[in-house]
Amino acid sequence: MEEDYEPEVLIEVKKLSKIFGNKPERALQMLEDGKTKNEILEKTGLTVGLNDISFQVFKGEIFVLMGLSGCGKSTLLRCLNRLINPTVGNIIINGNDIVTMDDDEIREFRRKQAGMIFQNFALLPHKTVLDNVAFGLEIQGMDLEERHTKAEKALKLVGLTGYEQSMPDQLSGGMKQRVGLARALASDADILLMDEAFSALDPLIRRDMQDELIELQERLNKTIIFVTHDLDEALKLGSRIALMKDGKIIQVGTSEEILMNPSNEYVERFVADVDMTRVLTAQDVMKRADPIISCRSGPRLAARLMKEYGISSLFVVTQHRQLKGIVFIDDVVEAVKKDHTTLEEIVQKNLTVIDLLTPLADIIPVIADSKYPLPVIDQDGKLKGIIVRGSVLSALARKESEPIVA
Amino acid sequence: MSLNFSIDLPKLPIGQLVSDIVDWIEANLGWLLDGITEILRFLLNGFQDILSFLPPLVMIPVFGIIIYLITRRDIRLSVLSIAGLILVWNLQLWDQAMMTLSLVIASTIIALLIGIPLGIMAGNNDSINAGIRVLLDFMQTMPSFVYLIPAVIFFSLGNVPGMIATVVFAMPPAIRLTNLGIRQIPIELIEVSDAFGATPRQKLIKVQLPVALPTIMAGVNQCIMLALSMVVIASMIGAGGLGYQVLVGIQRVDIAMGFEAGLAIVIIAIILDRITQGLIKTEKARE
Repeated sequence: MEEDYEPEVLIEVKKLSKIFGNKPERALQMLEDGKTKNEILEKTGLTVGLNDISFQVFKGEIFVLMGLSGCGKSTLLRCLNRLINPTVGNIIINGNDIVTMDDDEIREFRRKQAGMIFQNFALLPHKTVLDNVAFGLEIQGMDLEERHTKAEKALKLVGLTGYEQSMPDQLSGGMKQRVGLARALASDADILLMDEAFSALDPLIRRDMQDELIELQERLNKTIIFVTHDLDEALKLGSRIALMKDGKIIQVGTSEEILMNPSNEYVERFVADVDMTRVLTAQDVMKRADPIISCRSGPRLAARLMKEYGISSLFVVTQHRQLKGIVFIDDVVEAVKKDHTTLEEIVQKNLTVIDLLTPLADIIPVIADSKYPLPVIDQDGKLKGIIVRGSVLSALARKESEPIVA
Repeated sequence: MSLNFSIDLPKLPIGQLVSDIVDWIEANLGWLLDGITEILRFLLNGFQDILSFLPPLVMIPVFGIIIYLITRRDIRLSVLSIAGLILVWNLQLWDQAMMTLSLVIASTIIALLIGIPLGIMAGNNDSINAGIRVLLDFMQTMPSFVYLIPAVIFFSLGNVPGMIATVVFAMPPAIRLTNLGIRQIPIELIEVSDAFGATPRQKLIKVQLPVALPTIMAGVNQCIMLALSMVVIASMIGAGGLGYQVLVGIQRVDIAMGFEAGLAIVIIAIILDRITQGLIKTEKARE
């Protein structure tokens, strides 16, 4: 999630508002005067769909729009390809303002630049899978052979080769949504607009689809705007997340930023239900590994450190902090008695190690059975920290804005 | 004593007004009425020629084969239909039955040619829908009998005014069910065609009509059945066929004649209904 390159802005939304109903000017004026959505509905009968929305989407990221139903996230998504016409504001995509495009221009934009994926799959029931995938190309007037070739390629991307001639109602939910995904991919659009795309799938299939989407996105480098009401899904997929309420964006940020620094009470309540054990990883809950001991030191130093810190085990590392193993107090005492000068004989080398990015949910069962703290290592095998039971508990019981890392 | 006061009020000249309007139309739009008459007569005669070109002995197996193919090899229905048609032939009502069938087919075609496009327009436009719905409600609350009046006024007596009354009477379900079929399409499918950049025409041809087809076919079925019932009633203004036999049976209190003609109508009704139901099922199965 760290970006070591300068992100290129692909979509820029500026001061976008959408009022549903006739003569929206009245509501816009009232919004400027600071009236709420309900006051405006009462006075004018107009519904505020979106209220002064501004944000940027970078090329190649998965940008998640999240919020409860009725918060305007689907409306906002539909403004991005003008299925819904915004009342005021600009949407600059690739340097062109979508809002001011005429019918032909917007049609061209929809055909070539933005594919869309729907919650209930929205496959055409009278067409085969292959023809469904080729639908966008058919609309563009591509001839049969060419569009079937492209559609087959798109089906291969989503792993549905062999189902070309099936009808949509012969497929399971997950497969249907793969067809939906393939249809959006077939036209080579850079932008994918996904409206609650996985919400109608059951949890297991849903998780698979999320993984596949992440993988596809890395391979094809699409820019994805993903709408969801599920925070876990948002946290899993989102490079960045925009949290919406009542037609406004409350907070934009990475999942970490939103969880750790909720910008207001609403966000805080929203994130309160998150299964923290899936969000937090080893690096969030580990303590500094201190003390540690070099493999060149002898048992006497080990004994002294253990006594000083009141611990019964000690991690042994090389000069470059490469984890070598662990020594236990009984063995150390024995070694001192026997006058050993190195720890070589008593180092236990096969021990459970935890990767930096392992989610807390997977750590908990391991640590419950472990007699010693768990070492956390990075890809190079360097010891980055340790996890003890206490640090897991305190991370889960943390109070807001209190830093987790001890 | 006070109950008589209304007698002094002048009668509103509604009848006179209508009569004037009719006179005006006949004087100024006569060419249009004549044109319509010619087209309808041509169409009707065409179907009649086709249906009576071959003798019953050949036509009955042909009908059997057509039914067999349309209903996806429903052998039982085909055999029953052939038996029914043989009965009609045996009752010496074959020519009348073919006349009735020609009237039904020609009227239905015209009703669909007008009704389905109207239904599509109503399905895509709320204000057109509101206007058409008022008209349809009005049309469907009127007894079928009443349709005969304007038909007679403008087209006098015979098969053509019978067809006109039939077309008007049979059209509402075609409009209503086409409209319904288009409105029932899930919003997401409409969004799909928009989101992938379809023009309104592409949306209609590639999404709306195919998805609405089963419902539209139900409208076609209704249209045919109503056409058959109206063709019988239209015998009162001179339309020929089985209806005329029934009418004569009533006028002469000839129970035998009336019953036989009625039986022949029922046979044709069942065959027409099964064929169109079969078409709907074929559509559903294909989905």
